[in-house]
Amino acid sequence: MEEILKILEEIRPEFDFKASSNFIEDGLLDSFDIVTLVNILEEKYQIKIDGLDIIPENFSSAESIFNLVNKNKN
Amino acid sequence: MNINFINSFEKTVELNFNKIAVTHNAENIAFNELKAKAQALGCLIINKAEGAFNKPVAVLLPKEINAVIADLGILYSANVFMNLDVKTPRERLINILDLIKPSLIITSNKYKDIIENIDIKIILIDEIDFNNININYKELKARLDKIIDTDPMCIINTSGSTGTPKGVVLNHRSFFDFMACSGEKFNFNGTEIIGSLSPIVFDIFDFELCMLMLYGSRLILLDAFLASFPVKLLEALNLNKVNFIFWVPSIMVNIANMKLLEQVKLEYLKLIWFAGEVFPTKQFLYWYDNLFNAKFANLYGPIEITLDCTLYEINSRPPENEPLPIGKPYKNTDVLILNENNKICGAGEEGELCVRGTSLAMGYYNNPEKTLAAFTQNPLNKSYPELIYRTGDIVYTREDGNIMFKGRKDSLIKHMGYRIELCEIEHVIENDLKLVKYCCAVYNYNKKEIVLYYENNNNIISDKDFRIALKSVFPNYMIPNLFIHMEKLPQNTNGKIDRLALKNLAGNI
Amino acid sequence: MFNYNNITPPPRVVSDYLDRAAKLFPDKIAFADSKNMLSYSELQRRSKQTAAALISRKLFKQSAAVFLDKSVECIIAFMGAAYSGNFYTVIDTKMPFARVKKIIDTLEPAIIITDHKNFAKAQEFAGRTEILCLEDTENIIIDEALIKSVTENIINLDVLYVLFTSGSTGTPKGVIIGHRSVIDYIEWAAETFNFNETQIFGNQAPFYFDNSVLDIYSTLRNAATMYIIPQSCFAFPVTLLNFIRDKNINTVFFVPTVLCRLANMNIIDKVDISCLKNILFAGEVMPAKQLNIWKKYLPDALYANLYGPTEITVDCTYYIVNREIADDEPVPIGYPCRNSNILILNQNDEEAKINEQGELCVRGTSLAYGYYNNPEKTAEVFVQNPLNKNYRELIYRTGDLVHYNLKGEIIYDGRKDFQVKHSGHRIELGEIETAVSSIKGVEFCCCLHENINDKLVLFYSGNLASNEIRKTLADMLPDYMLPNICEQLDKMPLNLNGKIDRAKLKARLKEF
Repeated sequence: MEEILKILEEIRPEFDFKASSNFIEDGLLDSFDIVTLVNILEEKYQIKIDGLDIIPENFSSAESIFNLVNKNKN
Repeated sequence: MNINFINSFEKTVELNFNKIAVTHNAENIAFNELKAKAQALGCLIINKAEGAFNKPVAVLLPKEINAVIADLGILYSANVFMNLDVKTPRERLINILDLIKPSLIITSNKYKDIIENIDIKIILIDEIDFNNININYKELKARLDKIIDTDPMCIINTSGSTGTPKGVVLNHRSFFDFMACSGEKFNFNGTEIIGSLSPIVFDIFDFELCMLMLYGSRLILLDAFLASFPVKLLEALNLNKVNFIFWVPSIMVNIANMKLLEQVKLEYLKLIWFAGEVFPTKQFLYWYDNLFNAKFANLYGPIEITLDCTLYEINSRPPENEPLPIGKPYKNTDVLILNENNKICGAGEEGELCVRGTSLAMGYYNNPEKTLAAFTQNPLNKSYPELIYRTGDIVYTREDGNIMFKGRKDSLIKHMGYRIELCEIEHVIENDLKLVKYCCAVYNYNKKEIVLYYENNNNIISDKDFRIALKSVFPNYMIPNLFIHMEKLPQNTNGKIDRLALKNLAGNI
Repeated sequence: MFNYNNITPPPRVVSDYLDRAAKLFPDKIAFADSKNMLSYSELQRRSKQTAAALISRKLFKQSAAVFLDKSVECIIAFMGAAYSGNFYTVIDTKMPFARVKKIIDTLEPAIIITDHKNFAKAQEFAGRTEILCLEDTENIIIDEALIKSVTENIINLDVLYVLFTSGSTGTPKGVIIGHRSVIDYIEWAAETFNFNETQIFGNQAPFYFDNSVLDIYSTLRNAATMYIIPQSCFAFPVTLLNFIRDKNINTVFFVPTVLCRLANMNIIDKVDISCLKNILFAGEVMPAKQLNIWKKYLPDALYANLYGPTEITVDCTYYIVNREIADDEPVPIGYPCRNSNILILNQNDEEAKINEQGELCVRGTSLAYGYYNNPEKTAEVFVQNPLNKNYRELIYRTGDLVHYNLKGEIIYDGRKDFQVKHSGHRIELGEIETAVSSIKGVEFCCCLHENINDKLVLFYSGNLASNEIRKTLADMLPDYMLPNICEQLDKMPLNLNGKIDRAKLKARLKEF
């Protein structure tokens, strides 16, 4: 989880991700960021994220991103 | 005969009175209501801008129905619309406003903070009580009657090399010409339901507006965030029965890589245009094989020639190992491929693509130097003044007469559909922000990443610090994806930074 | 009736007009002169044969000099050039050799189109340029696909014709006009005057004079018919009226001199020309006195005063006469044509206010591309719009002085170069001419300034003695505007266009 938050802060250093309850609704991540984020996650954790899983619900919080990564690890 | 798009729009409204013109999520607006609101806004603009005529008016709104009303309202007021991105950093926005000096800016309460303390008149579109505005129809008509078809319709900002974008001035006639030639070829008739994904600052959005005004096509405004969630995007196309899209390839490549078209069948899509960057053949074939009832066309053209100047209709399955051609000149467009001696290139010979015809922009607003450099006398014509636009794109003609895109003369790239001068990034980092001693930005076409190499007396700057600094001056799409420190940047024999070496290096990451 | 006005968009190139007409009315007479008639299908066939001859010579975007007597064959040559993506220049076979030579030297044509009759004459100035005789194209078998592929590659900004107008230094200037400008103008004319296929044009203007562009291309656009009025009709006015009656001509676009002569002779009612419904005029000032005579005899016709130099594609303002105009009042040149923007700029290059005089300048699609092979003259009159500091936008400076009257109509005052300083006063020669024209008994007049001795010289024709004229004028003009010399002429000299020949009169000034 901490790792995920660190990655997010690298991408959008100006935002406080800990304070947000929904990254997408709060406008913390735009389409460029999602593309960058998916690339970073895939590289770092050596996973392949299924296109069907790239939906707002899976990117709304650090927890949901964490779960997405874990799901693909297995 | 068509002279300005409002005349065309009014005819369209008569034929499509209650038809829905624009849809945005759950919101709809019919043609008659769109007209009434645009007229009301037009009157407000005339009053507030003290009768400005043929002058730029800025729009600072997200992609929503109000943005469409704003653009049409500006046209109703016989002025020129200039759409701005709400995500543009304030400093860049100030640069644009300083250069163009629009008569006023249309925005909403949510975005007015961005332009706080800037000396410009503001109309807050969400505060307008549209039902209580006296529309002076006579004045609107009298002003529109004075418009001629070579008067400007919109200004589109595009990356310049020194930190201030260039404002390309496009006129009504150029758009009409493109629309007429497209309409003839693709039989546009108003039954189009367009899945509009491009930001309002792109020329593709202006094309979509023209489809609405001229043919009565319906626009489905797709939120920018959908681009990051391709499944949702495809579902939205089906939900709205979208039958025509004009997209940049980036998103389509993503969809192909995720193999989503097998998961979400696009039932209604009949016509697919793409432009703005190279569509890799492998990913294109995925689309081609999965949508066998749809027509595909690859278009090519810089903003300066109003949308596109060449077209390649894909009528048979292209070979996998060959890049897609950009095709043949659009009707009523003359494409000249000139070599270094300003002579027409022979078949297979590489040269710069230059354009002649009605589609040429009027130039860059308040920028005569750049205008003169890019819009030049046709070197083949010694008898009278005749301008061509030099695109800076290197191309050649294949044996079958199709034009193939080869690369750029300079450091301009297309990234997610946006046009970016890499030297603008370098200029700002070195001279304006003084972040590093030297730097060089290159583009990795395979990964679609901007890579910045820099030299800074061994002071390494963290990615985070780079991003924080760059956020204040660049929109998100201009911020490099990778920052790589080098003790010394490679130099070529002239002592200049060896861009080519770095480009090769970036390609091998 | 087929209403072309509903067709959108308008054609891209002018040959589309001919294709449309030939498809709808193949057998209808398109053009006729005193010897020949051409149906639309024949015109199309002959034009394509001519185009094929040009294409086979690998000519594209090249200039073709058309050296023919005024006849229907000229139209074949024009359209042959248009189909093949080339542009034409009309060279009159009656023009003095020295002038022809000057035009050919400037134009450097790629080919000369003529006929057997004029072949020998053409050889005199052709040099190494190839000469094509129209008769020799008659047996060409048309390759429709080839012609179509060539026509598709023409863009609407490509040049259609280069017309030579007189230049002040004695060398004619070639005004370059593109397809798009002509189509824009012709569409305007059709909408404004409700032209359709019932139109029968009586053509007076020589083909090297831009008024003929309205006759020729309106005919093609509307699948109408155009008769070339024989030159002899203009020498014997009754035959002109008979011609109009016999051919049932309903639309003419004449220079005012022709209309004035008929009015002065008081013969308009001697022949029944009630078929004439549209009387358009342009090219010089139409005096109200003669216009009113026309209105008296043919009250139901539409009268329109058009205005515009060749450099903006025939016309840029128009005035449909819809109110009484007093004999001594100027006929307005009216309002901008649709899609033309008129700027009246005063000496400080600001927009003139009502009643303030300024130079008429034009902006828009109608602008010529300049003068052929003459960058200096081009740069002099096609200039950046001084009101636009933001981007490149050309205007054409006409050199004509005009003003808005209180009704918002544009009134023509005269040429910038006709504005003279006389005894310290700034005088419009046109103003004196308007006054003189309104006097009963005056047929034609022309006022010039002789600047060595600072004298105003009036030439006029008519049955009035010069002291009578001076007496009448004294009640109409301030003293300083009264001509010093009034010279009565039997006949006003006319130039090739049928306008008063001011140059010839100017040469006489040294006599005084």
